[in-house]
Amino acid sequence: MKKVKVYVTLRESVLDPQGSAVMGSLHKMGYGEVEDVRIGKYMELMIEDGERNIEAMVDELCHKLLANTVIEDYRFEIEEAVSQ
Amino acid sequence: MKFAVIVFPGSNCDLDMYHAVKDELGEEAEYVWHDSKDLSGYDGILLPGGFSYGDYLRCGAIAQFSGVMEEVKKAAEAGKPVLGVCNGFQILTEAGLLPGMLLRNKNLKFMCRTVGLKVENANTLFTNEYAEGQEIQVPIAHGEGNYYCDDETYENLKKNNQIVFSYADDFNGSRNQIAGIINERGNVLGMMPHPERAVSDLIGGSDGLALFKSIVKQWREANVSHA
Repeated sequence: MKKVKVYVTLRESVLDPQGSAVMGSLHKMGYGEVEDVRIGKYMELMIEDGERNIEAMVDELCHKLLANTVIEDYRFEIEEAVSQ
Repeated sequence: MKFAVIVFPGSNCDLDMYHAVKDELGEEAEYVWHDSKDLSGYDGILLPGGFSYGDYLRCGAIAQFSGVMEEVKKAAEAGKPVLGVCNGFQILTEAGLLPGMLLRNKNLKFMCRTVGLKVENANTLFTNEYAEGQEIQVPIAHGEGNYYCDDETYENLKKNNQIVFSYADDFNGSRNQIAGIINERGNVLGMMPHPERAVSDLIGGSDGLALFKSIVKQWREANVSHA
């Protein structure tokens, strides 16, 4: 069993109004040092070991569904996990 | 002319779409469930607004893999008119039938009001009953209607006259106030405003009716013999 951690982030060229709103709030709270906030998504997938190359498979499913590469980038980490 | 109104779990403008073509235009319309495997009996495909699959992950992201979407792609390839409104537009971009993507409105608010739209291209099968440059009043109702595309895509859209509607005012952050675009072939239109909610003066306006009339007019000219 593998635990796959997927991080989906907005591309740099894409404005992030949510991130800007959060940064404004942080500034008001007195954290003026915060220069930028970008909000993304974090997903965990539990995947059974099988015939398929897991790295290729995760890359494919990220590309097809988990991220929209018009506006988002993704990266992932694969870890050994103990099946329950 | 016979329309399919595709119903996804979470669609909520399907009734309005049906009403527009059936009751206001007097054409045939049927609801088609999202797992349907056959759209061959329909002349036009309508993807209504709403929150398909709860907008989970991204608006339209999950709906793009609904069984019926393969059929929608086939219909688009066959040259049939395909109209996606609001969530329908989001589904068309996720499915790759239209370029770009709809982001969260720049003010982070869900906006529901009637807005001015400029008809940028009246030479399409969806807009031939409008005049080029005409300003019409059509309701919007969206939280993610902020059209985004990269520079290259934008240049292509402009070059090919694929920008069909633009907003009179910038309120959601859309690139160049884009409200609706068409594919290169000219038979797939996606737009955030709701023409199906502007089909009778009784409900506040009828500027959207000409869009549906355009589709029918074009179809009749192509398919009905005058001999």
